[in-house]
Amino acid sequence: MEHYISLILQAVFVENLALAFFLGMCTFIAISKKVEAAVGLGIAVIVVLSISVPVNNLIYSYVLQDGALSWAGLPNVNLNFLGLLTYIGVIAALVQILEMFLDRYVPALYNALGVFLPLITVNCAILGASLFMVERNYNFSESVAYGFGAGIGWALAIIALAGIREKLKYSDVPAGLRGLGITFITVGLMSLGFMSFSGISL
Amino acid sequence: MALRQFFDRIEPHFEKGGRFERWYPLYEAADTIFYTPPTVTRSNAHVRDGIDLKRIMITVWFCVFPAMFFGMWNIGYQANTYLAEQGLAMDEGLRAAFISALAGNDPSSIWDNIIFGAAYFVPIYFVTFVVGGFWEVLFAMTRKHEVNEGFFVTSILFALILPPTTPLWQVALGISFGVVIAKEIFGGTGKNFLNPALTGRAFLYFAYPAQLSGAQVWTAVDGFSGATSLSVAASGGMEALKDHLTWFDAFWGFMQGSMGETSTAMILIGGAVLLIMKIASYRIVAGVLIGMIATSLLFNAVGSESNPMFGIPPHWHFVLGGFAFAMMFMATDPVSASMTNIGRWIFGIFIGVMTVLIRVVNPAFPEGVMLAILFANLFAPFIDHLVIQANIKRRQARVAV
Repeated sequence: MEHYISLILQAVFVENLALAFFLGMCTFIAISKKVEAAVGLGIAVIVVLSISVPVNNLIYSYVLQDGALSWAGLPNVNLNFLGLLTYIGVIAALVQILEMFLDRYVPALYNALGVFLPLITVNCAILGASLFMVERNYNFSESVAYGFGAGIGWALAIIALAGIREKLKYSDVPAGLRGLGITFITVGLMSLGFMSFSGISL
Repeated sequence: MALRQFFDRIEPHFEKGGRFERWYPLYEAADTIFYTPPTVTRSNAHVRDGIDLKRIMITVWFCVFPAMFFGMWNIGYQANTYLAEQGLAMDEGLRAAFISALAGNDPSSIWDNIIFGAAYFVPIYFVTFVVGGFWEVLFAMTRKHEVNEGFFVTSILFALILPPTTPLWQVALGISFGVVIAKEIFGGTGKNFLNPALTGRAFLYFAYPAQLSGAQVWTAVDGFSGATSLSVAASGGMEALKDHLTWFDAFWGFMQGSMGETSTAMILIGGAVLLIMKIASYRIVAGVLIGMIATSLLFNAVGSESNPMFGIPPHWHFVLGGFAFAMMFMATDPVSASMTNIGRWIFGIFIGVMTVLIRVVNPAFPEGVMLAILFANLFAPFIDHLVIQANIKRRQARVAV
């Protein structure tokens, strides 16, 4: 149990996808103007990550990995080169299914997530988490914990950024830096704050 | 009042259409150092109160003085004690020439210690003030805003959280980063979201760890090696700490550390004034204390075989490192902290928890309070947002009934 808790904490703080690896920057910067929207997107990312990383883990260990197809009588086949393509496909399909499922059975959540759900299909934080999972050889239960933690970390970062940007509306930024420029600097300063966790090894 | 007449006489040159129109912020800054600003509230409803930003900032500035003078004395005391013990002479150089011209090297003489400390502190403060002030005035002139007294506070806080041996060019670089990137590009005082002094310090810390951390930098003598009390605690735990110094030594500040942060007692004097005058929010200060005490008690109860920091009790956390200084002067920065009252409690507790967490769990950083405050600054606007939303919800519910 302790191992999983430290895995989650590590994914949330130490290896924050947004502020330590700078993944998912496009949505991170585009949808962080208002706190409500950021919360919605954050929840969507948590949901998608905690489903897609474990599913990709299953696919990796039973289909793609070197020798993974031995259960089908093909012990010498290595489909690793299909990894990138497969993960993206899986994520896109998953998001579609999830969207239809929510639309049918949980309309309240579907409406709350709105446009964010299809949007994060192309979020590199989602693909990045799957690739990290493969690189670090997580087993299935570890990948559940990692996906969940990575999602929480990303959501936390975008919510904090949205809060700061709402506050910065009252700032007087030099003309050349308004908009994206100051947002990039803000994100840089935020990752300075997140440096407080670098070096923790749980 | 020849000075007043002088200012009045040159004023037309600085006003719109005058010869030195561009330099108006400089004129205004010089004028308001000596005299109250002439502007008054023009609209009809306003609160009558003598306090304004200028007075707040200058008060904070004065409240740092006890810690500053003690810090100067302590630099001299630490260095002179070491020199006397080892029978060494000072390193060659300008500073040594200055010190020996004015004083000796007797660790029991207050004068000798203060002069020694001044030789290290004053140049650092001077560079901070000139370089930071240069940016402040430059931005004020091009962006047409006032030169704000907030810079007095930023500069002295920044200078006091550096080790005495910091190279002066690094001081200049650090304050430039703090003032320009963390404050001025957001529009100046009141419009930033991080504490500028802390941002500058953190920038230096990550850029030049060799000059700003470790065992060599805390006493201004070449070749001296002595860890800060926090590093001692991190490697040896409570026993090593007790061998190193007593609690009262740490409380009064007779130990290694950044220039102004060692003496908890002096900081509390300045901090008490701030709290009584309601310039610093007591909610933040109390929150930091509560968070620190609760977290360290929790770690004490959990205990650990391998990590001696788990066993440090709260009253030691309180006096070690920069905790008191940061709690009184950094966390209470009204711009980068939370604005709502409930938010201030949460903000403070968050800092306290994070400080102990970083000190205990993160082996990379012995001190955690600087990063804890920067981290809490990031979430301060979101905390405010939550508090305000909760308030709106509560009031809506009341109307509906």
